[in-house]
Amino acid sequence: MKADRRRAAFGIAAAAFLPAFTGCAGTPRAAAADPVGSGDLGLVIGRATGTLTVVNTSTKSALGTIEGLGDLSHASVVYARDGARAFVFGRDGALTRVNLLTRRIEARVQQAGNSIGGAISADGTLVAAQNYQPGGVKVFDARTLELVADIPATYDVPGQPAQRSRVVGLADLPGRRFVFSLFDADQIWVADLSRPGAPPRVTRFEKVGRQPYDALVTPDGRHYIAGLFGEDGLAMIDLWEREPRVRRILAGYGRGEQPLPVFKMPHLRGWAVAGRHAYLPAIGRHEVLVVDTESWREVARIAVAGQPVFVMAQPDGRQVWVNFAVPDYHRVQVIDTQRRAVVKTLEPGAAVLHMEFTPRGEAVWISSRDANRVSVIDTGDYSTLATLPVEAPSGIFFTSRAARVGL
Amino acid sequence: MRALLLTLCILLGAGAARAQPIPGAQPEAARRDALVRIVRQDCGSCHGMRLTGGLGPALTRDALADKPLDSMVATIYHGRPGTPMPGWKTMISEADALWIAQQLFAGFPEEAKAAR
Repeated sequence: MKADRRRAAFGIAAAAFLPAFTGCAGTPRAAAADPVGSGDLGLVIGRATGTLTVVNTSTKSALGTIEGLGDLSHASVVYARDGARAFVFGRDGALTRVNLLTRRIEARVQQAGNSIGGAISADGTLVAAQNYQPGGVKVFDARTLELVADIPATYDVPGQPAQRSRVVGLADLPGRRFVFSLFDADQIWVADLSRPGAPPRVTRFEKVGRQPYDALVTPDGRHYIAGLFGEDGLAMIDLWEREPRVRRILAGYGRGEQPLPVFKMPHLRGWAVAGRHAYLPAIGRHEVLVVDTESWREVARIAVAGQPVFVMAQPDGRQVWVNFAVPDYHRVQVIDTQRRAVVKTLEPGAAVLHMEFTPRGEAVWISSRDANRVSVIDTGDYSTLATLPVEAPSGIFFTSRAARVGL
Repeated sequence: MRALLLTLCILLGAGAARAQPIPGAQPEAARRDALVRIVRQDCGSCHGMRLTGGLGPALTRDALADKPLDSMVATIYHGRPGTPMPGWKTMISEADALWIAQQLFAGFPEEAKAAR
């Protein structure tokens, strides 16, 4: 009884205080008066306008926008462990931390001239950005965005001064480590930042294969797989081995055939793994390659409608959804992993750039750049549950990524 | 002025430097808009929407200052073996490729904001 009265008194005090508080902060926020969680929130990148749209996957609606993010073409996002804060990596080399609940920019640094993505350490304390220009990885304190480590991706070219490679395929590994690939140097590096204050220990793997273009870490954090642009096959490292080494998998999948033009590079991330199989985009072939993650043998290849860009497994691994490079990017195809066949082709709107499953995968959100909309599709019957108007949408990132290695 | 000079060079050089001079003038207005969009959006996936570079090199006027136009046109149309740059000949004509290269050298136009 006493406790109730105290709570009531506090409620009145809070109510009296809040209008003044939110008033001075700008627009009133529902978050302040009525606490909400972040588990069903997400961000949609508006690539042309430098805007983030905050969305709710339960109400299937847009909650508002966060503006002033700069050049967001090819922007990507990783989440802090609280699932409320996100780190946005812009093409222009800016790293921005935003809060989805307050819809504000909390911190922002211009950390490179040209950046392509990033990762967050398993303990949530470090954020790493992978840069094309100048080539390398920079690691920041997640709280202050102060520089913790600068790792230039330098490599030797006989008879020339040392060069810096563009960095791709950055992912977090257990234990304050990051793994990434050097596109120009055919190398894979693991940077260990487990000793606070000490310089990172870098392990280099050389001659991994020609032109690694992107990579993934399996959801258990054990295997790192880099796609190769310059040859048929992928480079794989078992990070649990006593002395990890690079192995070639799916070597020669093109069998010497004339490759088709690749009008957009495929993207790899930890979403490619469905059960014990990884579903990987072929390069220069309109196929999805299926590899067994225990034997690392090819078990199937599935013909699809174009050059695959994103090959994404539903969280339960039952389906794999595929989108394509121009000129086939009006389509999305669904692979049933039990039948290992395309079971559905959808046309959700022109220029599909990205897809994202809701946390348990009952729906998938698809961005159609040229249709200026995001479609929410039921993964059971493929019906359209909702459409949201967003100008030139690209990447879609839900907060459920916060809890996953390699995302 | 620089753009004008360049255009002049192209016009003078076109007949002599190329085995088959590109027929006709530049693409029509609607096609030009479509090409601007292709370059900004689709070429932009590697070169950046603002053409400041990415996995592909920067295509800003400054970045291209000392590059020959002919090889630019050939790269756009036929691609560049040994690199990820594909030939775009299934989607554009050679005249389109020339027009794109000319615009890149002059400083590429922004997309029209119409119908948004």
